[in-house]
Amino acid sequence: MLARTAASAALVVTLAAFDGAAAQTANQPPDTMAARVEACTPCHGNKGEGTSDVYFPRLAGKPAGYLYNQLLAFRSGRRKYPPMNYLLEFLPDPYLQAMAEYFAGEHPPLPPPAPSEVSKDVLAQGEQLATSGDAGRNIPACVSCHGPGLTGMQPGIPGLLGLRAPYISAQLGAWRYGTRTAKSPDCMQVVASHLTEADVTAVAAWLATRPAPDNRAPVAKGTYALSFGCGSQPN
Amino acid sequence: MGSKLSIALLALAALTTVARAQDKNSDVIARGEYLARAGDCTACHTAPEGRLFAGGRAMPTPFGTLYTSNITPDPETGIGKWSADDFYKTMHSGRFPDGGLIYPAMPFASYTKVTRADSDAIFAYLRSIPPVNQKNRPHELRFPYDNRQLILGWRTLFFSEGEFKPDPTKSDEWNRGAYLVEGLGHCGMCHSPINALGGTSQSDAFKGGLIPMQNWYAPSLTSNREAGLGDWSIKDITDLLQTGVSARGVVYGPMAEVVHNSLQYLNDADTKAMAVYLKGIAEASSPPPASSTLPNTESSLLISLGKTVYDKNCASCHGTQGEGKPPHWPPLANNQSIEMQSAVNPIRMVLNGGYPPGTKGNPMPYGMPPFAGLLSDNEVAAVVSYIRTAWGNRGTPVSAREANELRSAPLN
Ligand code: HEC
Ligand code: HEC
Ligand code: HEC
Ligand code: HEC
Ligand code: HEC
Repeated sequence: MLARTAASAALVVTLAAFDGAAAQTANQPPDTMAARVEACTPCHGNKGEGTSDVYFPRLAGKPAGYLYNQLLAFRSGRRKYPPMNYLLEFLPDPYLQAMAEYFAGEHPPLPPPAPSEVSKDVLAQGEQLATSGDAGRNIPACVSCHGPGLTGMQPGIPGLLGLRAPYISAQLGAWRYGTRTAKSPDCMQVVASHLTEADVTAVAAWLATRPAPDNRAPVAKGTYALSFGCGSQPN
Repeated sequence: MGSKLSIALLALAALTTVARAQDKNSDVIARGEYLARAGDCTACHTAPEGRLFAGGRAMPTPFGTLYTSNITPDPETGIGKWSADDFYKTMHSGRFPDGGLIYPAMPFASYTKVTRADSDAIFAYLRSIPPVNQKNRPHELRFPYDNRQLILGWRTLFFSEGEFKPDPTKSDEWNRGAYLVEGLGHCGMCHSPINALGGTSQSDAFKGGLIPMQNWYAPSLTSNREAGLGDWSIKDITDLLQTGVSARGVVYGPMAEVVHNSLQYLNDADTKAMAVYLKGIAEASSPPPASSTLPNTESSLLISLGKTVYDKNCASCHGTQGEGKPPHWPPLANNQSIEMQSAVNPIRMVLNGGYPPGTKGNPMPYGMPPFAGLLSDNEVAAVVSYIRTAWGNRGTPVSAREANELRSAPLN
């Protein structure tokens, strides 16, 4: 383990040196992160804005810490999506961090909110869950962690805007079936396990209809206290 | 006064001996760690997100799943009670301390070449790492493979016990390379045809083969038509082994794992020795006649569709003439790993894309996107047929069925 730490320290130094040397020869690919993540963009869009595939998530503007946690989880197989598990398998931590920061720093516009396919009642139930939760069934309000504006908080809580309903449902389902796990204590696993199928449909549908707020940057760390502890959000 | 001084001196001498012994000991441990890297023990004995060398990693085989052992010095669940003799017996003879037979998924058929001194150094290193109390998970092998006596048959056919014997007609450097490649590097475990019994016969060593369960083709290291390195420069070979990329080609799939966990840590002298040996064993083989299973008219249609697909999706990185921007965007023209008889690897590269491993020498590699979701079976076959035959490449066209079959190949 020691040697590994030493190796990654060496990497950081090399990366830093690398950053400075912007020398570019015509016969080399551009020395930029954009060129290095071309393997990602057919699925996530050139600036991480997402693509027409409703299951391929937007990455742009999410907190870098959150994106980094996801890349670590895909690399180790703790979060499963074989095409990504495979791509990331032999990439070192500092490089995953650089990828996370690259997409966190991109700010393409949010897509217009999707027209909803569910009834008004279902949307109202979704809004209720997201903004107030259901104390009787032990469901905390989503906004209690994802923020009053649903824009997330640095470094580990993602915003929930700009995602489409099928993707949100799939993620909540993945937590329930254990194919997605986050750092322990995995608060989202607890939240998802209290939701019924109907709850998931409702809250996913409502979230997908939210318009973009003026300021959609994640708020600073510690702006509010979480309703309960999450391993991916250090206090 | 005099006697006090001599007592003090004696004590000092004793202290320095202890210090020297410790120094010597830590030298041995450091060497053992280096050799454990060269043997890539971690690839199998450390589970994803698991503790170092605590085992428990699943190894799927055609006969069922094996789970690797805990080789930390924990006395209950690891090898804490083993002696250096016990350890050497495992490495050299493929037997447990009680004489029981070890499955050849533990590459003792290669490690048998390791010297006693190197085995002892690896053992000293393993004794120095933190013990982890984690029970070995029982293997899940199907009948009759769950019977260890069957290993006897395998051993008779494929195992010849014995330390590496240097070839006196060759240089020290060549012999050092041979020792690493044939021994700790266990390169032959993948780069040899695997027969139904899961063994590698001596005469087929390094002749290449499809890795079972993983569906990657490990090319021959002796034929210049495959990964034989006869016409590579030493620098291109050492670049490939140490950094994962080179002016001639890049590593991917299981070979990316080998570079990532093992080869990148070898020093320049050892890497060069391996390169010299690998270049030396390449045979100037006469090319076998190109044979394609596809009728001519079908192949020429495929290839013209392939050019369209290539210019649209691939030329931005690999160049309109397949020249690439080496080493990061590998050349496809005159790239052996595309022209081989087996088209498994280029088809899988197009379907799955990939990143070479991040290494000390190449910490932020460039990547290739997967095209599985963007191209139909026919388009995949077309573009692979095109790159295998364009720009003077001497491969053969592939069919849409071959492309389709590899869509379900496992990705890990
Ligand atoms: C074949 C399409 C594909 C490619 C290529 C791909 N991704 Fe993904 N990515 C996905 C999908 C699908 C998901 C959601 C997986 C799931 O259901 O959990 C995802 C999820 C993610 C997430 C988590 C997003 C979130 O909000 O939780 C990150 C971060 C990410 N990808 C980064 C990358 C990076 C960086 C690359 C390039 C190295 C890449 N992806 C390449 C399809 C892809
Ligand atoms: C106790 C705090 C907490 C509460 C309450 C909470 N979340 Fe989360 N949520 C998190 C954290 C932390 C993550 C990031 C987990 C990780 O690192 O993978 C997350 C991630 C998510 C994601 C993944 C986003 C993506 O881009 O993949 C979705 C979807 C989500 N939450 C939906 C919800 C919904 C819907 C609710 C309300 C029903 C909710 N969350 C309530 C803390 C919370
Ligand atoms: C290709 C995978 C692989 C590699 C590489 C590998 N091993 Fe193993 N090893 C195994 C498997 C599988 C077993 C279990 C065999 C069995 O149960 O018969 C094993 C068993 C062992 C054991 C027996 C421990 C016990 O109590 O069961 C020792 C000791 C050992 N390996 C040491 C090493 C060392 C040292 C290295 C590196 C020089 C190494 N192995 C590299 C797969 C591997
Ligand atoms: C786990 C299986 C495995 C092991 C062990 C392994 N290889 Fe490979 N190797 C492969 C596969 C699969 C390929 C084809 C993919 C590629 O070209 O990178 C390959 C390719 C290669 C190539 C050709 C690369 C190119 O671009 O043409 C060389 C050279 C090579 N290996 C050398 C070695 C040496 C030397 C060792 C031992 C130190 C070794 N391999 C051990 C699986 C393996
Ligand atoms: C964004 C740049 C990019 C694009 C576009 C791209 N590639 Fe690649 N290609 C790469 C990189 C980088 C590698 C090395 C990947 C690795 O080592 O895992 C590679 C590797 C390969 C290899 C293996 C080369 C070797 O040395 O064995 C083949 C074959 C290949 N690409 C074919 C294609 C084809 C066909 C297309 C179009 C359908 C394509 N590539 C599109 C960047 C690209």
